[in-house]
Amino acid sequence: MATRKETPSTPTAPMASTSPGATLDSPVKQIQIEGLVVLKMIKHYQEEGQGSEVVQGVLLGLVVEDRLEITNCFPFPQHTEDDADFDEVQYQMEMMRSLRHVNIDHLHVGWYQSTYYGSFVSRALLDSQFSYQHAIEESVVLIYDPIKTAQGSLSLKAYRLTPKLMEICKEKDFSAEGLKKAMIGFEHMFEEVPIVIKNSHLINVLMWELEEKCTVADKHELLNLSSSNHLEKSLQLLMDRVDDMSQDIVKYNTYSRNLSKQQQQKHQYIQRRQQENAQRQTRGETPLPEEDVSKMFKPPQPPPRMDTLLIAGQINNYCQNVKEFTSQNLGKLFMAEALQGHNS
Amino acid sequence: CLYLSHADKMSVYGPVVKIHPVVLASIGDSYERRNEGASRVIGTLLGTIDKHSVEVTNCFSVPHNESEDEVAVDMEFAKNMYDLHKRVSPSEVIVGWYATGFEITEHSVLIHEYYSREATNPIHLTMDTALQSGKMNIRAYVSAQMGVPGKTVGVMFTPLSVKYKYYDTERIGVDLLQRTRDAPNTTNGLTSDLCQVGGAAGRVQDMLATVLTYIEDVLSGKQMADNSVGRYLMDLVNKVPKITAEDFETMLNSNINDLLMVTYLSNLTQAQIALNEKIVVL
Repeated sequence: MATRKETPSTPTAPMASTSPGATLDSPVKQIQIEGLVVLKMIKHYQEEGQGSEVVQGVLLGLVVEDRLEITNCFPFPQHTEDDADFDEVQYQMEMMRSLRHVNIDHLHVGWYQSTYYGSFVSRALLDSQFSYQHAIEESVVLIYDPIKTAQGSLSLKAYRLTPKLMEICKEKDFSAEGLKKAMIGFEHMFEEVPIVIKNSHLINVLMWELEEKCTVADKHELLNLSSSNHLEKSLQLLMDRVDDMSQDIVKYNTYSRNLSKQQQQKHQYIQRRQQENAQRQTRGETPLPEEDVSKMFKPPQPPPRMDTLLIAGQINNYCQNVKEFTSQNLGKLFMAEALQGHNS
Repeated sequence: CLYLSHADKMSVYGPVVKIHPVVLASIGDSYERRNEGASRVIGTLLGTIDKHSVEVTNCFSVPHNESEDEVAVDMEFAKNMYDLHKRVSPSEVIVGWYATGFEITEHSVLIHEYYSREATNPIHLTMDTALQSGKMNIRAYVSAQMGVPGKTVGVMFTPLSVKYKYYDTERIGVDLLQRTRDAPNTTNGLTSDLCQVGGAAGRVQDMLATVLTYIEDVLSGKQMADNSVGRYLMDLVNKVPKITAEDFETMLNSNINDLLMVTYLSNLTQAQIALNEKIVVL
């Protein structure tokens, strides 16, 4: 009897996780942006977006396997008051038609928006991204932070709505029960998609030439030590949001208190009714009709939970940004210390 | 005697042309997407005109057909696109046109005439995307009349000096794009916070190493000492502020305390909202 030795199964290669954090179960696992798009977004904000207004635009590209390639973009004009009947759709249609003539990808794959200190988690963003993702499954929203970029490194993030949130938006069920059913926390609202920048070879040649021709010194803003201004503004925004949040919590507390008071009243009423009915029965009278208790005590309107969720998500975002900023600055301070220590 | 290459010679008549990198990237991209059989692409340049300079900040390509004897440009398209662009940035005007390729052909003269109707004294920009001479040769020209007045008049393209202008944020964007040159797949991810500081510090370290090797060469006599460089070095060393050790300690500690407190507070806030969520969902 030949003993069959079980050959040990070849060890599978360890699963290399490419994306930081949990693996996404969405159709888009990575975003590939061309350098041209980055430059266009920077330019759009620089020229048209001074102040704390947001600038928006449309992303064009195509989907390749599980990558979303963004190859071009065009900006949206600002909403001005005298342009009340400005037809956005028409502008978009004309732009895409014209771009198709010059062989630019005319597939709509998402949109971009600039942000002020990271405050972009709002109802408007949610609605826009939902309508985009509903129409085009792989669309993303690119958030470009110009202030952080000016501090030394390009800050560009890509977000999509999680499938759970998509479900909820589809049913428009924003009540507390709906959200509880779906078990959505503020961390599960948006998922971040990693970005990769790709340049064609011709653009690479261009980059070499520019480096040669243009000897603008490296600005070294990244090593700037001053931090208080940026920190102040971020904390101010954070405090405003936390105030909003606490107001929301107060509202929710009053609601739950009202609800429990009402429950008590209901019980009392039912008990009284039963007592009375028992008394009447003993006296031999007809019992009082059962009244519809629920109609008498209308339950108070539960406060909408969606806003709270958004505020929580926004606070989370602010905190993340602040932590990133402080970690960078701590590093810089230690470097400055080393420099001084060397001196003295 | 001094020899100035043709492109670098300062033009006496024309303005200085300042180009933003987004324009060049756009031109390269439209060249890559050109139709079959087209040897070059043309398009309109948008920007602002100053007293002595023309700043080119945007561009779009215009479909055109070119054959041996004739050239057809879709002017309707050009007008439409300009209108659309004007809605977004009303301050940009047509300042000229661009063409890829190395030479200026007779067709260019015709196209230039068309653009002279759109803008006063338009600029013509050429970019050699086919790299015929091994480089990209980005040049700008303006047209000037020449010939015998009244009889045969012709047009001559005189070169202008080209400079590159960057906004600060553009500079940072371009820096990031530069890094894709070295990556094998021409791709590059965006780095996270502390890595960036490390990267910047690394760059400064490299620069210091170069300076140190120079100094050592001078000290050992391999290189001639240069006084101006020596003065720069003095400035460099003096830039590190001289602060007494205790003062620096207090400054450093107070800054570190601020940052740590802010980190603690933001962590606290995050924990608080997470807790709030869990309680509500219960």
